[in-house]
Amino acid sequence: MRAPRIGLLSTGVLVSGCSGSQSALNPYGAPAVHVEHLIVGIVVLSGVIWLLVMVMLALALRRGRRAETEGQTSEGRLTMTVSAAVAVTVAIIAGMTIASFYTTRSMGVPQSAALTITVRAQQWWWQVIYAGSDGTPTFQTANEIHIPVGQDVRLQLESTDVIHSFWVPSLAGKQDLVPGRPNDLLLRAEKPGIYRGQCAEFCGLQHSHMAVMVVAEAPADYARWITSQRADAKMPADPDAASGQAAFLAKPCAACHTIRGTQATGTTGPDLTHIGSRQTIAAGLLETTRGSLAAWIADPQTLKPGNNMPMVPLTSIELQNICAYMDSLK
Amino acid sequence: MEAGELDRRLAATWSTPPGLWGALSTVDHKIIGRRYTVTAFVFLALGGVLALLMRLQLAQPEARFIGPDRYNQIFTMHGSNMMFLFAVPVMQAMAIYLVPLMVGTRHIAFPRLNAFSYWMYLAGGLLLWIAFAVDTGPDIGWFAYVPLSGPQYAAGKRADIWAQMITFTEVSALAIAVEIVVTVFKQRAPGMSLDRIPLFVWSMLVTSFLVILAMPAIMIASTSLILDRLVGTHFFNPAEGGDVLLWQHLFWFFGHPEVYIIFLPAVGMVSSIVATFTQRPVFGYLAMVMALIATGVLAFGLWVHHMFVAGLPRLGESFFTASSMAIAVPAGLQIFCWLATIWAGRPIFKTPFLFVIGFIVVFVIGGLTGVMVASVPFDTQVHDTYFVVAHFHYVLVGGAVFPLLGAIYYWFPKLTGRMMSETLGRWSFGLIFSGFNLTFFPMHILGLQGMPRRIYTYQPEMPWSGLNMFISLSGIVLAAGFLLFFIDAIRSARSGPIAPANPWGASTLEWATSSPPPSYNFARLPVVESLEPLSDRSDPLGTVEGLHTDRRELLITSVVEARAEARESSVGNSIWPLLAALATSAMLIWSIFTPWAVVWGSIPIAVALIGWFWPKGDPEDES
Ligand code: HEM
Ligand SMILES: [Cu+2]
Repeated sequence: MRAPRIGLLSTGVLVSGCSGSQSALNPYGAPAVHVEHLIVGIVVLSGVIWLLVMVMLALALRRGRRAETEGQTSEGRLTMTVSAAVAVTVAIIAGMTIASFYTTRSMGVPQSAALTITVRAQQWWWQVIYAGSDGTPTFQTANEIHIPVGQDVRLQLESTDVIHSFWVPSLAGKQDLVPGRPNDLLLRAEKPGIYRGQCAEFCGLQHSHMAVMVVAEAPADYARWITSQRADAKMPADPDAASGQAAFLAKPCAACHTIRGTQATGTTGPDLTHIGSRQTIAAGLLETTRGSLAAWIADPQTLKPGNNMPMVPLTSIELQNICAYMDSLK
Repeated sequence: MEAGELDRRLAATWSTPPGLWGALSTVDHKIIGRRYTVTAFVFLALGGVLALLMRLQLAQPEARFIGPDRYNQIFTMHGSNMMFLFAVPVMQAMAIYLVPLMVGTRHIAFPRLNAFSYWMYLAGGLLLWIAFAVDTGPDIGWFAYVPLSGPQYAAGKRADIWAQMITFTEVSALAIAVEIVVTVFKQRAPGMSLDRIPLFVWSMLVTSFLVILAMPAIMIASTSLILDRLVGTHFFNPAEGGDVLLWQHLFWFFGHPEVYIIFLPAVGMVSSIVATFTQRPVFGYLAMVMALIATGVLAFGLWVHHMFVAGLPRLGESFFTASSMAIAVPAGLQIFCWLATIWAGRPIFKTPFLFVIGFIVVFVIGGLTGVMVASVPFDTQVHDTYFVVAHFHYVLVGGAVFPLLGAIYYWFPKLTGRMMSETLGRWSFGLIFSGFNLTFFPMHILGLQGMPRRIYTYQPEMPWSGLNMFISLSGIVLAAGFLLFFIDAIRSARSGPIAPANPWGASTLEWATSSPPPSYNFARLPVVESLEPLSDRSDPLGTVEGLHTDRRELLITSVVEARAEARESSVGNSIWPLLAALATSAMLIWSIFTPWAVVWGSIPIAVALIGWFWPKGDPEDES
């Protein structure tokens, strides 16, 4: 076994969307930290055990070669040695089992967690629903979850189609999203940053491109974010964006996407009300820029073959205007 | 009777007629066992090609060699092929060949069922691969989780092909399991009491019970899936009161023992090789048998460890953690017994023994990572990542394929009458051992670094590119090792040095007859007086007299003491098993398209079965 901290490619705060932030050995939240201690402990112990067995094997092979000259080892001594080895195995196994139970206890989800966010997985993106203080949904976003630092957050995990698995290794272990059986997961970030995660259960054609970002921010920033997300989409200020909005509403886009404050109320695709403020589009595939938006809308099927968004025929002017509009939806 | 005359008469009674007719109608367990083994190795090679294709695609981020659709078919095919068409069948195939010889009988129990099982297996394998060749290969993973494999999300016939292939292999595996159990319980050589059964035979006996107990679960699962898909039932549809997790429980209640169905025979092979190449009996015979049985029992108590992140009650998880960890104890016990044997013996470093050493080095790692994933918190991080990919390849390749390759080198003279090359054997061992570790060890790290499995590509920002490229290159080394093994096997089968009856100085009964054995296995049935019938005595084995030579006759013995009880006639060659398998295959494949196939398709099956079991005036219906 190799020494554990191999994943240390990134340090501390994780700035841009990705790079190295998706590692179980880089924990930044209480549940993941507990598990990391367990991982390191078990891996080191196992490495030692493996070495011991290998030493025993080497000794047996050497000794066996010379057995002719040295005479036989008595059955009694062999029996004692084997029994002792088995006894040690039992003890180690028992120890690991107890350590594992102990860590499991620390991962329980407190039902009292102040903040509950619903995450609904679909082929192949994440719908994220925030509820108001009375529990009714207030707004939704996609592929990006904002949480306040230093606070227990309960994720309510649901799936509308097949089984997916929510996994942001730096913050917590994974948990499946099973149709018909809601699960929950405790999430807690100790440091501000952007933590990448990815669907871990094979969910069909684009399972590879189903990333999720958890943005952990100071409580004040988080509150500001909530306020901005609650608001409806801004009316386009410049003429390009305005014609972009008109095109969006006239074309099939609105049949699948919602932009609050307009007539677009489709629910098949992600809510785009504040698309311009999100880190990535298409579940982590591309950073949100005007260029990447244009590339995606012009031809979603080449970028992410088989995803559920069709190519909508647009003139290049329409495309540019729609991108200007999307970009303005901060 | 003179020896030459006896051989001539027995050969006339037992041998398979030459030519195509003979090949299609034979029930000789050695011909079928060899055929079965070769077929399984062909599937191993095909599965290996698929693995190389996957590594080609994953060597670089966002590579465009293989798109998601084909990639998903490829990884599904790789898994299903390796588990259902290679690993389980190859172990059973070796047992079909070896067990009757090792217990000193002339034939396997239910020889026609044995022929039938091979044809079913072949048909299931062909179905899967032909479907893949025409771009209809299953793409739902070898575990085929619902709802992804259900009617709503898996359109077309891909998932049905998968489910029917399962049915074919179920039928085949169950048939062999029953044959092995009966052969071991009722056909052992006189004097081979329970405590004188070779460890390989014990391991196949326990394995056969696992097959018999685990297969019904997957039968229920795959049948329910087919009903959901073809008839419109809702076993797994939560919207209609079905349950998604029901599939996982059924699948893993079979799927976990499946791992031991593959691993236990390998344990038996290791014991045979260790005993022969250390020139002493395996230390702790009773402990080894107990460990085999304990592993078999515990194997049924830990299926839930595949479902730790599915959201089950915590208390249940604790129970399954404990039982999963506990299975490391019998595994450890066996390792220690082999080490003690080596310590007290005089090891001979021939190729089979090298593979056993490689097995110990690698399997211990796989066992330790198994203990890791048995821990719920640990598993929540590594489940469905490359860590698990590494873990189960260490267990399956390290724990089963290494012993299997050793076993092929070891029993090759008995299978073919010729020896394999020691030089090439060493080279292929070296390449396979190093290639394997270079390929799979880094996957542990990738998994901890967050790389999920079953992804057809990853983004360049992720810190996985370097290791992935390294792994893909190492895969070539591994493939070269296997290639060398195949070359050696094919070449040696044709022109290797002729083998004597007992080239390694082994002590179990299969070495008491010529290499390869005659159609009747033993001219005179042996009588056994110890665990090591060939090494404990310098004089020839005692033999049984009085069996007919002009008809196929077996000696039936008692279960515990193996005291001679009766003479029993054994059936001869017949074309009906092949016809029955064709009729059954036609019905199963047809049923993918319409449920009515079950009704109409059962008519030819009934005809074939009537032909098969048609009572003859003389039970010895030799033509
Ligand atoms: C020109 C019109 C459209 C525009 C401008 C548009 C825009 C977008 C954008 C920006 C995203 C990425 C959202 C994110 O990941 O946060 C997206 C994803 C998606 N859209 Fe559309 N869309 C259009 C038409 C449609 C239509 C007609 C459908 C439904 C038939 C649809 C279904 C989807 C789905 C299912 C996704 C998620 C894809 C995935 O990541 O797997 N879209 N769309
Ligand atoms: Cu997925």
